[in-house]
Amino acid sequence: MNPSARPNPEPLLSVEDMRVRFATEDGVVHAVDGVSFDLRPGEILGIVGESGSGKSVTAQTLMGLTRSPNASISGSVRFHGTDLVTASEEQLQSIRGREISMVFQDPMTSLNPVYRVGAQIIEQIEAHKEIGDDEAKERAVELLASVGIPNAKERVDNYPYEFSGGMRQRAMIAMALALEPRILIADEPTTALDVTIQAQIMALIQRLNEERGLAVILITHDLGVIAEVADRVLVMYAGQIVEEGSLDDIFYDPQHPYTWGLLGSLTRLDQPPPDRLPQIGGQPPSLLAPPGGCRFRPRCPHAFEKCTELPALEERLPAANSHADRCWLEPSEKREKREVEGRIGLGAPA
Amino acid sequence: MAKGDPLLEVSHLVKRFPIKEGLLFDREVAAVHAVDDVSLTLHEGETLGLVGESGCGKSTLCRAIIQLLTPTSGSVKYRGKELVGLSRKDLQPVRRDIQMIFQDPYASLNPRKRVGQIIGDPLSLHGLASGSQLRREVQQLMDRVGLQPEHYNRFPHEFSGGQRQRIGIARALALRPRLIIADEPVSALDVSIQAQIINLLDDLQDEFDLSYIFVAHDLGVVRHVSDRIAVMYLGKIVERSPAAVLYERPIHPYSVALLSAVPIPDPRVEAERKPLVLEGDVPSPVNPPPACRFHTRCPWATEICSQDEPPLAEYESGQAAACHHPRNVDSQMIAGATVAVDSPASASDVLPSQTEREPAVTR
Repeated sequence: MNPSARPNPEPLLSVEDMRVRFATEDGVVHAVDGVSFDLRPGEILGIVGESGSGKSVTAQTLMGLTRSPNASISGSVRFHGTDLVTASEEQLQSIRGREISMVFQDPMTSLNPVYRVGAQIIEQIEAHKEIGDDEAKERAVELLASVGIPNAKERVDNYPYEFSGGMRQRAMIAMALALEPRILIADEPTTALDVTIQAQIMALIQRLNEERGLAVILITHDLGVIAEVADRVLVMYAGQIVEEGSLDDIFYDPQHPYTWGLLGSLTRLDQPPPDRLPQIGGQPPSLLAPPGGCRFRPRCPHAFEKCTELPALEERLPAANSHADRCWLEPSEKREKREVEGRIGLGAPA
Repeated sequence: MAKGDPLLEVSHLVKRFPIKEGLLFDREVAAVHAVDDVSLTLHEGETLGLVGESGCGKSTLCRAIIQLLTPTSGSVKYRGKELVGLSRKDLQPVRRDIQMIFQDPYASLNPRKRVGQIIGDPLSLHGLASGSQLRREVQQLMDRVGLQPEHYNRFPHEFSGGQRQRIGIARALALRPRLIIADEPVSALDVSIQAQIINLLDDLQDEFDLSYIFVAHDLGVVRHVSDRIAVMYLGKIVERSPAAVLYERPIHPYSVALLSAVPIPDPRVEAERKPLVLEGDVPSPVNPPPACRFHTRCPWATEICSQDEPPLAEYESGQAAACHHPRNVDSQMIAGATVAVDSPASASDVLPSQTEREPAVTR
């Protein structure tokens, strides 16, 4: 992305105070609790968080996929004058695939095993466009070739089981791109894949972003993947964004202790290993009854009295350029506390 | 037994799964070559990291070692005793010594049993404890792995993924084993929890004098725990090396690619880095490529790689790699290389010093 070309880009997608709750037998799960962010044209926005942090529910809600009788959704998602939270199912139909499309974690279960791969791509093209069968098939071959499927002409007639995991994920991406959407939401696109294949898929997503100006929301639990491709990063914990900033902000000047913990627990193969892996103690909280105040407080070695009050997501640094976080510590204290053995880390549990 | 004696010796182990066809008479039409002539040694108190991508045979190898699968051929010796061919009854005492921790903490615990029973079953099955003594031992184990002993009567679903993995560890520890085979024990866990489990396994190793075989699909996780690492590709060991050296100077091109594929969580370093991205997919183990199995994806492959299976060549750095065009070695290392004693029987004895130093073929 080239930020100088767009001094003040109008956001492509704007999420305001999104809240998603699910009624379950055990009580109400607060899966997403007041999430706001903008997606700018042509950027790769990374959303990082662990299981249960609400990152996938956030993405699925953008596409209207969490609607169900026991879900309550509030807030707004503005996309080209439409609010995707209140939009009718018909309006969403015309947006899904055509404007915003999605790639899921598990390419094994997202393709229908009894239809040929090509047929599934063609079906999608024909559902949205007046186009002849032959032309649609040609387009499917073209798409498969563009995502790096070898012998796309023959492969288009294969069944999903004849594809390897990496090829299936490529086919899913081809399908997602069939209608030339402006936004691609990739929910853990490489988690189920082997490392050497993961590198191929990330290179593909990056190429699509550069060549087509495709805006990407990349959801992952892996900060390494984020470091490779993202422009901006949201860090989520227990249904909330705890820190938001540019790639450099998050990696070189992280403000929230949870971000420190995440950075600290990464293994860096380009550096000698520490004696002991830095860890974040405790368990992520239950979203049935999230802790009051700062959600990270029970696991945070730096918590103090004020943390019983929930900090807002706001810019706390003097020269912050949309670098915001939810932590009460003073920036100077943060700089001191996050230094653990010469690198960024959470420090020992209290 | 003194520290340093081999605890486990696997030699030329082969496991094939036949693919059969035919209505009345099954006839073997092909076979999945899951593990193909693998040898490795594990010493007392040591951790061996076993790394490879899905389908490389690492899980099959683990199961063949503890005789959950019967090897097609080859031998597995535990403290000098041959395990292949032993009856169920004769295996019983060995099973006490070798325990396994599985990848999926959701699928490897019986959802209908209480945690106390899950951890205590091995003890009562082997007749080692019963009644209140059993309960006491189980609660001690729970406490040791970081579970609350009061949760003795809970069911697995009441625990998070990380805690369930702790239950699996407590169960494996119950019989005071000598060797624990951990098959991707942290792959299904969140990053912050992975570190907790790895640190726990590390502590337990010292405390209980354990040896580990630690299986993983990437090189990031095993670094902290392993003394030595073996890299597998399509049923074969392509490189084995002391852990520290492998990360600095991987010799086999596949090890180079595996290392390169792990992203470095530092945007500035990452922007400068030119990772080696392998093309294509892992070929099918039903019909593996001839000679060097990696030659179809290797950026340095030449003609010889598709004609002659390279032997496992031993270098003076303590590394051994099966490659005609080794990386990160100098002419002196190449000159000093010898064929390892446990090199696969099907491999030739053409050492890198005897192959022409041809320029890389760009694909």
